[in-house]
Amino acid sequence: MLEAFAASTVAMATPILLAALGELLVERAGVINIGIEGAMLTGAFAAIAAAHAGGGALAAVAAAVAAAVAINALFALVVVNLAANQVVAGTAIDLLALGVTGVLYQRIFGATGRAFTVAPMPPIALGPLARIPLIGPALFDQSALVYLAFALVPAIAWTLGRGRFGLRLRAAGERPEAADALGLGVYRLRWIALLIAGALSGLGGAYLSLAYANTFVEGITAGRGYVALAVVIVGRWNAWGVAAAALMFGAAMALQFVLQVSAGALPYQLFLALPYLLTVVVLAFVGGQAAAPAALGEPYVRG
Amino acid sequence: MNALIRAARRPAAASVIALGAVALALAALGASPLAVAADLAAGACGNWIAFTDTLARATPLVFCGLAVAIAFHGALWNIGADGQLVVGALAAGALGPALSGWPHAPAIVAMLAAGAIGGALWGGLAGWLRARRNVNEVISTIMLNFIAAQLLSWAVHGPLMAPAGGFPASRKIAAAARLHLYFPPSRLNLAMAFAVVLACACQLGLFRTVAGFQLRALGRNRRASAFFGAPIARLTVGAMALSGALAGLGGAVQISAITHRLYETISPGWGYEAIAVALIARLSPLGVVPAALLFGALDNGSQAMQRADGISPELVYVVQALAILVLLACDAAAGGGWREMFYRGAPASAEEGDDA
Repeated sequence: MLEAFAASTVAMATPILLAALGELLVERAGVINIGIEGAMLTGAFAAIAAAHAGGGALAAVAAAVAAAVAINALFALVVVNLAANQVVAGTAIDLLALGVTGVLYQRIFGATGRAFTVAPMPPIALGPLARIPLIGPALFDQSALVYLAFALVPAIAWTLGRGRFGLRLRAAGERPEAADALGLGVYRLRWIALLIAGALSGLGGAYLSLAYANTFVEGITAGRGYVALAVVIVGRWNAWGVAAAALMFGAAMALQFVLQVSAGALPYQLFLALPYLLTVVVLAFVGGQAAAPAALGEPYVRG
Repeated sequence: MNALIRAARRPAAASVIALGAVALALAALGASPLAVAADLAAGACGNWIAFTDTLARATPLVFCGLAVAIAFHGALWNIGADGQLVVGALAAGALGPALSGWPHAPAIVAMLAAGAIGGALWGGLAGWLRARRNVNEVISTIMLNFIAAQLLSWAVHGPLMAPAGGFPASRKIAAAARLHLYFPPSRLNLAMAFAVVLACACQLGLFRTVAGFQLRALGRNRRASAFFGAPIARLTVGAMALSGALAGLGGAVQISAITHRLYETISPGWGYEAIAVALIARLSPLGVVPAALLFGALDNGSQAMQRADGISPELVYVVQALAILVLLACDAAAGGGWREMFYRGAPASAEEGDDA
């Protein structure tokens, strides 16, 4: 049971981690993207639509990435070039994704509710590592997207710590006017961060529909994008912290399955609410935005 | 009058552009935009029942739209009107069955008070977290939406569940606690009038009181407000509680006038839709009323549209989202006006250290 719990934790953490790593880059560049939920939802839908159209797993993932990058490009246009309010624009992106996926889902799959399912993404066992008791199945017998998500953690930690690109991103997020004065191109940096984040949100969405649910239902993301936003705060805008926080939330979600079975006396709604309750409680303790990039959420208009 | 037309010009243009874009998308999907529009219009106001249903559907949108507008004026990004509405409805729905034997007027007041208090607690909690624990209210209100939904689900499956029911719902509220329907079968009731009165009150409160001024000052520049000694924490908690109370009232009148009982899907997402309503209204409380009517009509018409054309009612979300995005783009292109509220042209460093 502990083995299943560990595996489930990693599986639940993966889509959140993918999205949160993208959001980390975006926030270090000074943009807060509430539209991340919509980007994930778009990715989850595009993956299933591509699979339905006869594409293989790779095509489905590519479709998810392309669709989520497209919706983030729209967001970037509005918040970077037009310097619009980021919270408002992000909310609109979420609404847009909910509407577009809802309408297209019904158009493609009909309103009857006959679910279209895909074959689950095959797990790739890493030889003898997968047979380590307890953590083997959790860490070394997962689908490719899981490995990708966790491999990105050190890469992003490195670039934000000492990589040229990461340092430039941070300049754009801390003092955009100074970064622009140095010729770093704040608009360009924020665009790049948002496009990468789109790709990662798309991967997170694709993981949800292709590897986890094996189908698409309306609102399949169920707030995971918003949880990813919280994960970035809890992780103190640092890739390792983000990974730890994502695993913590993954564990809270995995706990639902364990506890729902064993603790029949407690209402199941409590477990469904657990990740969200945890978010509020953890934020109330670590809350402070002291570690946040200085210009986070502030529209920047090139002088 | 001229000022009114000027103020309404850009939101109206944004709505028209959004509808036009959706019409093109419909054509691309192989549906006839004209037929869809006709079905939508007929469903929204084709006859007396359809028209009064539009009013009924718009009513919670007015309450939630006011909630969002008030909070946004203070740059408090309350995305949680939905959860606040749900908790308000939960409080009213839990109280309602216990009010049998009460006279009508006090019973209604008790229902409204329960809704307002429930919503105020939910909104105030997010305000407290922001003011005292420095928790971003965007995240906390979204999380509280999910928690409220599970709380409601638990209540109607558990302690409040009606004994014999086909689907999980609470017991019906006492007859005394029900708002009178004037022309049944139409659902015309006093709630809409109450909502309009509240909109006027919010308008006065925001623009004619010290607290309203302080809140708007807080929204423009938090640091300057602190510098001039405004009670920031109290304003933050108070504005979020007031915002929550308005949304909670929306939940209470929905129970009192329309559903008479709680069930899981009491809100079809009014709190999220209200963000679009408040923005199209340019955060003007009086403007919330026509904006809510517009979106209430779209919502109501979308049901008929689905039956006639097989287009999912979620199409309305697309219209709303595009209206917001187009409006943001129009404003950016035009500059000025609303700009100072939503596009701070000053260098970002002017705001630096805001929350540190």
